[in-house]
Amino acid sequence: MDQGVGIRIEGLSKRYGAGETAVDALKEVNMSVAPGEVVGLIGPSGSGKTTLLKCLGAVIEPTRGRMTLGGDVIYDNAWKISDLRVLRRDRIGFIFQAPYLIPFLDVTDNVALLPMLAGRPNGEARARALELLQALDVAHRAKAETSELSGGEQQRVSIARALANRPPVILADEPTAPLDSDRALAVMRILNQMASQYQTAIIVVTHDEKIIPTFRRLYNIRDGRTFEEAGVGRALV
Amino acid sequence: MISLAGRDILHSWSKFVLTGLGLGLLIGVTFTMAGVYRGMVDDAKVLLNNSGADLWVVQKDTLGPYAESSSIHDDVYRSILGMPGVAQAANVTYLAMQVRRGSTDVRAMVVGFEPGQPGEPGYLVAGRRVTRSHYEAVADVKSGFALGDRISIRRHDYRVVGLTRRMVSSGGDPMVFIPLKDAQEAQFLKDNDAIVNERIRTAANPALNRPGVPGLLDAINASQTSNHNVNAVLVRVAEGRSAEMVGRDIHRWKHLQVFDREQMEEILVAKLIATSAKQIGMFLVILTIVSAAIVAFIIYTMTLGKIREIAVLKLIGTHNRTIAGMILQQALGLGLIGFAVGKITATVWGPAFPRYVLLEPGDALRGFVIVMVVCTLASTLAIRAALKVDPATAIGG
Ligand SMILES: Nc1ncnc2c1ncn2[C@@H]1O[C@H](COP(=O)(O)OP(=O)(O)O)[C@@H](O)[C@H]1O
Ligand SMILES: [Mg+2]
Repeated sequence: MDQGVGIRIEGLSKRYGAGETAVDALKEVNMSVAPGEVVGLIGPSGSGKTTLLKCLGAVIEPTRGRMTLGGDVIYDNAWKISDLRVLRRDRIGFIFQAPYLIPFLDVTDNVALLPMLAGRPNGEARARALELLQALDVAHRAKAETSELSGGEQQRVSIARALANRPPVILADEPTAPLDSDRALAVMRILNQMASQYQTAIIVVTHDEKIIPTFRRLYNIRDGRTFEEAGVGRALV
Repeated sequence: MISLAGRDILHSWSKFVLTGLGLGLLIGVTFTMAGVYRGMVDDAKVLLNNSGADLWVVQKDTLGPYAESSSIHDDVYRSILGMPGVAQAANVTYLAMQVRRGSTDVRAMVVGFEPGQPGEPGYLVAGRRVTRSHYEAVADVKSGFALGDRISIRRHDYRVVGLTRRMVSSGGDPMVFIPLKDAQEAQFLKDNDAIVNERIRTAANPALNRPGVPGLLDAINASQTSNHNVNAVLVRVAEGRSAEMVGRDIHRWKHLQVFDREQMEEILVAKLIATSAKQIGMFLVILTIVSAAIVAFIIYTMTLGKIREIAVLKLIGTHNRTIAGMILQQALGLGLIGFAVGKITATVWGPAFPRYVLLEPGDALRGFVIVMVVCTLASTLAIRAALKVDPATAIGG
């Protein structure tokens, strides 16, 4: 058991297809993110960022290697978890390029849905959702329809949703791509706050120049290989 | 856990209700078609019940008088009356024709009957029974006639003295009851020109117009113009006698075809309205298929519009069965709205139909089950599409 590690990846490889048309999208990738830490994953288009995120998110199966999540080995040349759906539900938070909220649920239930799916009673799930909405400064919109929210509010609700089941890790897929500079930095500030408040390891896939200086640590991925870099770590106020 | 289906329906309720309304009208049509068939069967039963007869005696080897034409001599009833077990026997005629009401035509089944005998309408909703032996009529209310109206049938006018209800032919035409003698004349009598022609022809025939036989020509002419045919004899058997046994005797001794009520019902329902029933059955099948297609299409497009949400739901750990359940519940919800709307519309517009529309609770129950089954089947297409959605698609490429 490695309690100090939110997520650790060792020698992870992913090959799409087979034979002559096979693509090695990930080649022996190593990576580790501590609880409370926000790291950036950058690299040119086609370098393997999305593939790595999908492997971590347990929606595609790696070819080889090892992945540890919150101290548990989830992959060691094969899945070590029988129900990946439950793994995703309880231990991984997802933030997408667009908020992707469920339009027919109000703001509270968009967040409360996750604890509900995990079997929590509605009341408890909603209380937890409200607490997160408060932390993210959107509690005043708790009863609103998602379509009534501004883009920034929607993104904050989606961050609350990612946090709802208190996962040890959150995977963010270009979360600031559609936002202007101020809003992008605001999202990064929130992610950093949440990471330390809930001791979550957060991986942010991005090629957004505006936010790259905010990372203290970065992984640069090129042609399926990762290179760890020290970031600028600009303070967010 | 909250109901995802319920929330989605509430969120897009206008689309849902409008679709349900459209589906409901279609289901209403379906119920009405079934009701028309039930009404036809019921009309046949009412017709037989109200005739007050236990046996129908008709021309040999025919399925008369309703399903096939039948003609028998009008003195046959007398010999039937003399048979053991027969309480009443009376002549009747049936003739489908256009009767005149003022300047308009009304399609009607003109029935000739003898007052107080089987064949007379069982009950009246207004007016009185026919008391004179000529030129009075009892009409079914569906004919549109009112008490005191004049009905023109062939060369004569009849005054409507009574109104009856639910007396229609198997084709749905309202019945008009007139005295037997008048009806016989309307049905069998030739027009004046034809009679004159016939007389000239007879007089010119040396075999029929013999100088040495006085009175022969007159006798022949008289027999040609008078008419002694009816379509059937209705028999009521005496208390405690078996209609079947009496019928068998009449058949054996009089060489006539005899049907009891059960056989008559069989002829009316299984033979006479069989084609209509098949036609309605065809419509029911088509309407069911169309309804299924509508539900399938709507649920499918609604699901395709939610593909991204479904991918997100799957990614964050929603069970496939929860998603399938959501779609199924929506299809069933649509069916429920459709059923309710259909049931209400069929009940509202049923009485406006020219034929009697009988909506049976059993049919409604069967309809409900069929609607639910159809909606379930229709949702499978959408469910399959939803289950094929890859949660990985929620994460950008
Ligand atoms: N489903 C797939 N099948 C085959 N090759 C794929 C598939 N997904 C990605 N690739 C390939 O893997 C490589 C990495 O892709 P990706 O992870 O999407 O990179 P990025 O997100 O950094 O743009 C690319 O060469 C891409 O063409
Ligand atoms: Mg990508």
